[in-house]
Amino acid sequence: MAIDIELSRVAFSNTHGEDSPYFAGWKAYDENPYHEADNQSGVIQMGLAENQVSFDLLEKYLEDHPEASTWGVGAPGFRENALFQDYQGLESFRQAMANFMEKIRGGRATFDPDRIVLTAGATAANELLTFILADPGDALLVPTPYYPGFDRDLRWRTGVKIAPIYCYSSNNFQVTPEALEAAYEHAVSMNLNVRGVLITNPSNPLGSTVQRSILEMILEFAVRKNIHLVSDEIYSGSTFVSSEFISIAEILQNRGYNNVEKERVHIVYSLSKDLGLPGFRVGTIYSYNDKVVTAARRMSSFTLISSQTQHLLACMLSNKEFTENYIKTNRERLSKRYETIIVGLKKAGIECLRGNAGLFCWMNLSPLLDEPTRKGELALWKIILNEVRLNISPGSSCHCLEPGWFRVCFANMSEQTLGVALERIHKFMEQRKNLQ
Amino acid sequence: MRLVVPLQGVVQGRGGLIFGSLIPCALFYFLQLYLKRHRSPRNPPSPSASLQNLAEMNRTSSRSNLLSRGSIGPARISSLATSISKPNDSPYYIGLDKVSEDPYDRFGNPDGVIQLGLSENRLCFDLIEKWMLENLTDSIRGRDGDDLSISGIASYQPLDGTMELKMAMAGFMSHVIGGAVSFEPSQMVLTAGATPAIETLCFCLADHGNAFLVPTPYYPGFDRDMKWRTGVELIPVHCRSTDNFTLSISVLDQAFNQTRKRGTKIRGILLSNPANPVGNLLSREILCDLLDFAREKNIHIISDEIFAGSIYGNEEFVSIADVLDSEDFDKSRVHIVYGLSKDLSLPGFLVGVIYSLNDNVLVAARKLTRFSSISAPTQKLLVSMLSDARFIKEYMETNKKRIRNMRDLFVSGLEGLGIRCADSSAGLYCWANMSKLIPSYGEKGELELWDKLLNVAKINVTPGSACHCIEPGWFRCCFTTLDEEDIPLVMERIRKATDSRAS
Repeated sequence: MAIDIELSRVAFSNTHGEDSPYFAGWKAYDENPYHEADNQSGVIQMGLAENQVSFDLLEKYLEDHPEASTWGVGAPGFRENALFQDYQGLESFRQAMANFMEKIRGGRATFDPDRIVLTAGATAANELLTFILADPGDALLVPTPYYPGFDRDLRWRTGVKIAPIYCYSSNNFQVTPEALEAAYEHAVSMNLNVRGVLITNPSNPLGSTVQRSILEMILEFAVRKNIHLVSDEIYSGSTFVSSEFISIAEILQNRGYNNVEKERVHIVYSLSKDLGLPGFRVGTIYSYNDKVVTAARRMSSFTLISSQTQHLLACMLSNKEFTENYIKTNRERLSKRYETIIVGLKKAGIECLRGNAGLFCWMNLSPLLDEPTRKGELALWKIILNEVRLNISPGSSCHCLEPGWFRVCFANMSEQTLGVALERIHKFMEQRKNLQ
Repeated sequence: MRLVVPLQGVVQGRGGLIFGSLIPCALFYFLQLYLKRHRSPRNPPSPSASLQNLAEMNRTSSRSNLLSRGSIGPARISSLATSISKPNDSPYYIGLDKVSEDPYDRFGNPDGVIQLGLSENRLCFDLIEKWMLENLTDSIRGRDGDDLSISGIASYQPLDGTMELKMAMAGFMSHVIGGAVSFEPSQMVLTAGATPAIETLCFCLADHGNAFLVPTPYYPGFDRDMKWRTGVELIPVHCRSTDNFTLSISVLDQAFNQTRKRGTKIRGILLSNPANPVGNLLSREILCDLLDFAREKNIHIISDEIFAGSIYGNEEFVSIADVLDSEDFDKSRVHIVYGLSKDLSLPGFLVGVIYSLNDNVLVAARKLTRFSSISAPTQKLLVSMLSDARFIKEYMETNKKRIRNMRDLFVSGLEGLGIRCADSSAGLYCWANMSKLIPSYGEKGELELWDKLLNVAKINVTPGSACHCIEPGWFRCCFTTLDEEDIPLVMERIRKATDSRAS
């Protein structure tokens, strides 16, 4: 009997992208999730970039430091902390974040806590920056392949478009000056106003860091076109060897914090991947541009972090011993996992892109495709989901132009489960070989 | 000398002396103009940035080639960001800034600015602290079963809130309105505070350029929360002191028609019930009339009931959910916003609720919560606290008593200064009529008084104009961030500042 009352365009748009295979695979997993003991034939989730390899370190910290999770209740300063709610964010937390970010970069860059703006997750940070740097209808250049969530986070409510910078396996999917120029020119020819470049470094889904020369090239391009440069460094702490990650902050520092360069640079970070705490909803925007910091701070009122969480993390991240040990151990464990999966895949006859960071590897299954097209890729993806019962992410959902690449996550499960997944892949590849 | 020859000709011709003197002057003037124009650099957007940039160019000359023609200034930010980053121009925000620069503290900073501009409730903080001391030992890692691991809360949670918290909130909301309605957890979407709840609803119900009707005076924050990123317009529907700022359907209708005439589409009505800043309640009759109106015009109703737990008067609070339940109204057009920050003395908790029986709205809102989800440890803590029925009952009763007490003390303090307040039964503030104290009857006079109160008396109150009140001289004073002992000081400061004006 209810009249069908109208909702907004945003409400009905499908820019949220939840109808894509990336999310369809999740549904399949939800319906039949693998469990070591209870459901050994279930779907193994390899499409979720979550870091579960270092929970024990977090556990131990919380056990040893109950004052962190009890919010310091009973201790002096509790009332002040607990009553605090300001979009500036707890100073001790911003300080701790700045220190943590510096540690991750091996001290090769410094961060000013007053330039840190807190958001409820990197998802919100990316959307906020897009609102701030671009007007509706404008475009951001983003190298492919990219995180499928960007289609939603950068475009949905902002009305901003993504102009892809196409990258190819011939040079390990690195951004080239030609590709960058071509993407820019193409956007301009479509009457789009390009406002910035957004890179993810280390890259998702590639699982590799961006080379210094390429970072410099992109920075100089941004200066030449007078546009912004956003560097999503959410996987910076997940680089297997610390020195291989070069942050845009380091580049700016080496070049003397040149005003013309730094005022257009903004870094996104979060604790969801490096610290394995996506449920805490902690993200940050770090900007060298005062206006952006001011605007972001005010707009962060729509996406604040609870003061309880800020307090807990302030305690944790200002503990030198904990952070140094965590960063080092986390890197080692991820590196080890990575080796395990690469070796396992190689044994099964599968090649991956050489990676050095992140929670996933970029796997090449193009030899297995019935046809070298998106259709062929999705057909293979369905087989892997339904027969091998592994949820992996097809490259087409990451806008990869070359069909047959898949992102496979390895850090969101136990070593044992990873072993099971590799066995299944091995079996599957054997079967395919025998059929031929 | 080149100039002289033609001049001679002019001087000797018609016009003579006059031209002879005018022309050199004119030529001199134009010469000056020419020199001036070509002396200053090309006009960049922000002079200081460009000067800095020029200095940088000299220092890093090898990179100067990178700067293309005309792009000396920094990369532009969006128009939205430009307007947001401007210095605060609303008294509401200016006052808040002033307090954070120089906050009053009875011992540490007795001459600081006293905060009466933030409707937060600190009166029962001691109860919260006591509860946490007794209960908060390991609630992060949980004692349910043998799952002591952090992985339970560290991992991705449902972005619109855990079912446990939704259930706890449903129970709490029901308790708050005296059990008159039971709320269904599956019709809820949780957000990090009421601010994103309102904005999210707005994104779901309206397109850029559409409008909502809002009774005045209204909470100044709506001008940001509802408009900034959504591009929605707020149309004031003026209420007057003659009937204690009660909403009139005919005035609403007028506003609706006027707005429609100029081609703007109205998507809904935004109600605050209990009202902020007045603190009065919407009667059952008016709610029914509003529902009829909404159906007739085919628009939505957003009912912000965030102060439902702050009722201290004897009047009965009627939630719009109650009216929907008991009468045969179309449930798909009503959406309730709620939050914990006002009731639970802990603004930092950040829990907002969108409650709707419209499944399309819920589906869309749910997807949008990824941008403003509540932190998992906080969800866990709140489930624990809200499920402690004994504590909640005691807390809410004590809270009501203390709000009532503070209100009575504050309002009588104001009455002692000849300042009367509007009738109110709820909220953390009173709506004071200081029209007799303003130098001139109008917005200008009101702002002069506000400025004097802020900078001379050093108390931060919110002037009616910031709330779009059509009658000048009204001020919102929040009293729940005060201690009882501070009230005489507040009154003293007001008296001094306003007496000196008279003399």
